[in-house]
Amino acid sequence: MKIIEVKNLNKIYHEGEINVHAVRGIDLVIEQGEFTAIVGPSGSGKTTLLNMIGGLDNPTEGEIVIDEINIGNLKSSQLTDFRMKNIGFVFQAYNLIPVLTAKENVEFIMHLQGKSKKERADRAIQLLEEVGLGERVNSRPSKLSGGQQQRVAVARALASKPKFILADEPTANLDSESTANLLDIMEKLNREENITFIFSTHDARVVNKARRVITIDDGKIMSDITK
Amino acid sequence: MLLSIAWKNVWRNKLRSLIVIIAISLGLVGGIFSAAVMKGAAKDGVRGMIDNYISEIQIHQPLFKLNNETKYHIKNSNEFEKNIKNIEGVKSVSSRLKVTGMASSANSAVGVSINGINPEQEKLVTTIYKNILDSSGTYFETKSRNPAIISKRLAEKLKLRLRSKIILTFPTSDGSQIETAFKIIGVFKTTNSTYDKLNIYVNKSDLARLTGYSEDVSQEIAIRINKEASIDSIKSKISKNDSTLLVETWKDLVPTLAMSSGIMDQMILVFLIIILMALGFGIVNTMLMVVLERIKEIGMLMAVGMSKIRIFFMIMFETIFLSLVGGVIGMSISAVLIGYYNINGITFSGLDEAFEKFGYPTTIYPELEPTVYFTLSFLIILTGIIASIYPARKALKLNPVEALRSDA
Repeated sequence: MKIIEVKNLNKIYHEGEINVHAVRGIDLVIEQGEFTAIVGPSGSGKTTLLNMIGGLDNPTEGEIVIDEINIGNLKSSQLTDFRMKNIGFVFQAYNLIPVLTAKENVEFIMHLQGKSKKERADRAIQLLEEVGLGERVNSRPSKLSGGQQQRVAVARALASKPKFILADEPTANLDSESTANLLDIMEKLNREENITFIFSTHDARVVNKARRVITIDDGKIMSDITK
Repeated sequence: MLLSIAWKNVWRNKLRSLIVIIAISLGLVGGIFSAAVMKGAAKDGVRGMIDNYISEIQIHQPLFKLNNETKYHIKNSNEFEKNIKNIEGVKSVSSRLKVTGMASSANSAVGVSINGINPEQEKLVTTIYKNILDSSGTYFETKSRNPAIISKRLAEKLKLRLRSKIILTFPTSDGSQIETAFKIIGVFKTTNSTYDKLNIYVNKSDLARLTGYSEDVSQEIAIRINKEASIDSIKSKISKNDSTLLVETWKDLVPTLAMSSGIMDQMILVFLIIILMALGFGIVNTMLMVVLERIKEIGMLMAVGMSKIRIFFMIMFETIFLSLVGGVIGMSISAVLIGYYNINGITFSGLDEAFEKFGYPTTIYPELEPTVYFTLSFLIILTGIIASIYPARKALKLNPVEALRSDA
């Protein structure tokens, strides 16, 4: 089942008098349950593409249809609500809320969704256990390692039961062991719970795990290989 | 959860928050305590004026007030006094035979108001008897011919001492002038130097004998009322007793004092608002720093679906908490200070003359109504809300993609 359809996507940035064509006419379809890596050199447009798919950035031209909704037609507040309900984000720098514990960080999005206290607490603990942090639910981010923080970020991304998860270079700040651990968790979630993951990455270990690899350069798709 | 995050955010940078909280607390302590001193001074000033001189209500012939001539007097004042005493809420009454004259010594002469009083009745109305200075005589307890009590300030001006003779010149009932020696048997001092210099107290019987008036005549009747009694209702009841007389409350008698006392609450409010405004700018500055330090985090919150209104409220609650913590500490310290000095008083030594010229005591007992604290709490929250608007708007203008790319 297709959950994302990108049609003729273009993004042009205006930097002074220079126009930077970051994404050039990309067409793409992502199916439910994919484990896809978007790879390419720095400045190739992969993060821009991911931001537009995530509704964080507007395309200059083209359409992004998620679950039959053209997100370009949504108002800013509707788009915010859409992101909260449909998209999970994992950032390179984890971006957890430092004053909240791991459990509270995971609960946060469910709180925005208006879930009950019990439902929030139960799901947060369950997700943290799934990412192997059942013992650290009450730890603040500053007490967790980079790998552990990124696992909390994955649990947070899953909390809202999104249609897919966008992970922008999730392993860039992690050591080999943490990377392997994180990838195992994400692959397991993908395999067992059919959760769709889309990564932008430079990391060969991520690319090796991915079942579909889309290579971008100069804003264009150079190759799209399904293993 | 929004409130919980906002509260936890306040303590994220403890040192910075503490500096702001201390600044708010100190600013408020300064403001509230000064306000309490002003309020205490105003109240003590009014109380001193009422207790020492004017009482709550005075009655005169209208023309006496206008011309200050003794011939405009209240006849049958003893009977009238009795009637007034029967009015509910009236505590005590004293009638005075009052003439304007000249007080002189070998060195100097000065215009004065000579108050012929019944000492025992007057004790129930004014507190002059309590203000006789140590080793400066008694309150009409010393047996003497034509005894008089004068203020320390007048004594100094005329270079007179206790047991000296003071020459009083005043008009009699037939319009002639009489010059008589009185013996100073007591020297008093109140907190109002202007009134002190103007008033001399003698026995009403002596003054009646010398002026030729009956003791049943008076130029002034002073009335004290019970605390809970309504001054306006008593005033109107007295007026009904004799509509030809001029009945005035202390507010009519000293309108400037009444006005200053009346506007004190508004002055205090304006004073505190100005302090809060100044503190507000400090809070705006701090919250701007907070927002600039958390650009990336705010970008993340926007990305994961936190609405702009929630981000706005998160920053607003954080600002309100910061202001409230400082406010509560500031108000608590102020309440303790005011409580302590309300019992022990603050003496402004060296400023006696300046204070007493305006009728204020040199020892002030600060006080503040509890309602001021409620108003202030509301104003502190309002300051927090207003101070949060600019930083919060700054946060809302962030673009999530750019914010996520930021180093902050």
